[in-house]
Amino acid sequence: MAQQVASEPVVDPTEPELGRVEGRSPTQLVWARLRKDRYAIAGAAFIVVLTLLAVFAGFIAKYVVHHGPNEPFIFSGTAPDGIPYGPSSSFWFGHDTLGRDVFVRVLYGARTSLIVAVVATGIAMIIGVILGLMAGYYRGAVDTMVSRTIDVMMSLPILLLAIGLAAVCGSDRQGCLGGSMQWPSGPASTAMWFVALLLVILGAMQWSRGKAARGGFIIFLGLFAALLHFPVPLPSISPGLPLVIFIIAFVNWTYIARIIRGQVLSLREKEFVESSYATGASDWRIMLREIMPNLAMPIIVYSTLIIPTNILFEASLSFLGVGVSPETASWGRMISDASANGIYQFAPWLMIYPGLFLFLTTFAFNLIGDGLRDALDPRTAK
Amino acid sequence: MIRYIIRRLLWIVVVLMVVTGLTFIIFYVFPTTDPAVLAAGRNPTPQLIAQIRHIFGTDRPLFTQYLIFMKHLFLGDQYGWPGFGFSYQDLQSVKQEMYSRLPVTISLTVGAAVIWLLMGIPIGIVSGLRRRSVADRASMLFALLGVSVPIFWLGLLMLYVFWFKLGIACSSGYVPIFKTAGTVGSYGLLPWACHMAMPWFALAVGYAAFYARMVRGNILETMSEDYIRTARAKGLPERSVVFKHGLRGALTPVVTMFGMDVAFLLGGAIITEVTFDMQGIGLYAYRAVINSDLPAIQATTLLAAFFIVFANLIVDIVYAYLDPRVRYT
Repeated sequence: MAQQVASEPVVDPTEPELGRVEGRSPTQLVWARLRKDRYAIAGAAFIVVLTLLAVFAGFIAKYVVHHGPNEPFIFSGTAPDGIPYGPSSSFWFGHDTLGRDVFVRVLYGARTSLIVAVVATGIAMIIGVILGLMAGYYRGAVDTMVSRTIDVMMSLPILLLAIGLAAVCGSDRQGCLGGSMQWPSGPASTAMWFVALLLVILGAMQWSRGKAARGGFIIFLGLFAALLHFPVPLPSISPGLPLVIFIIAFVNWTYIARIIRGQVLSLREKEFVESSYATGASDWRIMLREIMPNLAMPIIVYSTLIIPTNILFEASLSFLGVGVSPETASWGRMISDASANGIYQFAPWLMIYPGLFLFLTTFAFNLIGDGLRDALDPRTAK
Repeated sequence: MIRYIIRRLLWIVVVLMVVTGLTFIIFYVFPTTDPAVLAAGRNPTPQLIAQIRHIFGTDRPLFTQYLIFMKHLFLGDQYGWPGFGFSYQDLQSVKQEMYSRLPVTISLTVGAAVIWLLMGIPIGIVSGLRRRSVADRASMLFALLGVSVPIFWLGLLMLYVFWFKLGIACSSGYVPIFKTAGTVGSYGLLPWACHMAMPWFALAVGYAAFYARMVRGNILETMSEDYIRTARAKGLPERSVVFKHGLRGALTPVVTMFGMDVAFLLGGAIITEVTFDMQGIGLYAYRAVINSDLPAIQATTLLAAFFIVFANLIVDIVYAYLDPRVRYT
């Protein structure tokens, strides 16, 4: 469904309440609608409580339940046959197979989930908005490049590549991508120079025929091929949280870029952009001061809708054993540990509590995102 | 149209080349555990490792390795065409292994697809037509719950409750319908369906929820179109307005979504297969990645990408037939 951008509030004169109130800003209107959405409020309340629990996890562990997330109660927490003991008055969610407190680990798991989801979504948003804005505003060669990259990214078996990246980079404490990459020398190098030269000539020919967009794109490819001959320094990404965040952001920006591009394509044809252009505003000014404010609301909505997906993504990676490092508590990994050797059949709390928190968190974020979307869409006014 | 299809086919080839390149960079160029060392076992001599490296072909320069991979892909290798080489884990043909696992993934995908269509579309239609009724509110709550639940947790919960506690469901694993040379243990239609039931459901819930929301949104949009008003104005009974005019507009976008989702799952439903321990393409791909089994990784990634790009083309062509407003040049 096409999102109506809330730059001009659509006031329905037949609706008494909206007709009476004069001059409310779009943000106020959205807020007023959102406040009436009980589900969204409930979702937000849950997230606030969860965030508090995550922030004060250390405090709760130390002063309320009196043990940390990695403290093993091997002998008091597990039976001689290795089956952990269930929930009790001091271990509210029971023990895990190492005797650790499941409750404290669930709280620390909330930390992991929230950090990964919010940071990864933020990074994906930044990349997606910048590329989507450029593609939609400049169109032509820039758009071709961004859109084709998105096409390729969307044809990739994303989860498989994510597992692969996580496994490959996580196997080494140094992480991966560190150091430099360079095209191999020898005949391969000569061939590549040739390809680069050919592409540049081809691009220049297209350009001279008036197909600047296509020509520019081909020349860019040629320059890229030439650039491969020089060592490209790459930042190192260490395994654990940063790696998982990087992977999730890397596979997520395409969705955002596509949405933003579509929005910008229609926004740039609006009169206010035209008038700004007529007064001699620069491209940067138009993008940042005219178009960006109109993107604020879609950006907020899509970030709230993508956060739950990313929480599930992190949990899935951890469930598959390639997420955060083992000593970091993560809901996905806890469920994965519970499923190993079918231990959950005898100790279901190992799987129920982390899963329940994971489920409720994604559900709460979805409630908020849904409420926000409804509040922003004038057609669904309640 | 023909020109359009040819152009798209060429684009598919380009995309698949890029995919092989990317896979190659991620799994061969990035520092990784040497598969030869993994295969050599405990305390290997350097000579043994060098020997294994030679057999695997990983002693050659990276670029040569890529060219050889390409050559085998296009011209075939000792196992025929397309050449995917042998797995580093058991030295068996990757292609054979994938063929034998394909029925598992196809069973899983097709069954789940039927379930999610049967659940999602009717729910979406009813809540779209009876907007803000109790049924609508309940379905949309279900839809939100459905898209939020993690498959692996739902799967484990179902295994725990229905198999372990109540004993009314079959355990995890896959049972084939037909007996073939490699079949160990039971086979047959009923055991197959019994073992598939929970994986189907676990996989289908999320999609059903998503489809219900999408169909509802489409119905809301379509039913406010001018041609619906025209249909009503000329005195058509509401039933044919909805079923003949409304649904056609509302369900066409579902075709696109459905094609892509099925294609994506055919490339391997990794999480479901891991949760229910089903020896399908997804589990194979996952094992391959974990064990640095490079040829198997290349083959599974390429297969998955192939399904996706091909489904994309088919979906676009079908769409042009379903929606007369769409024309390709």
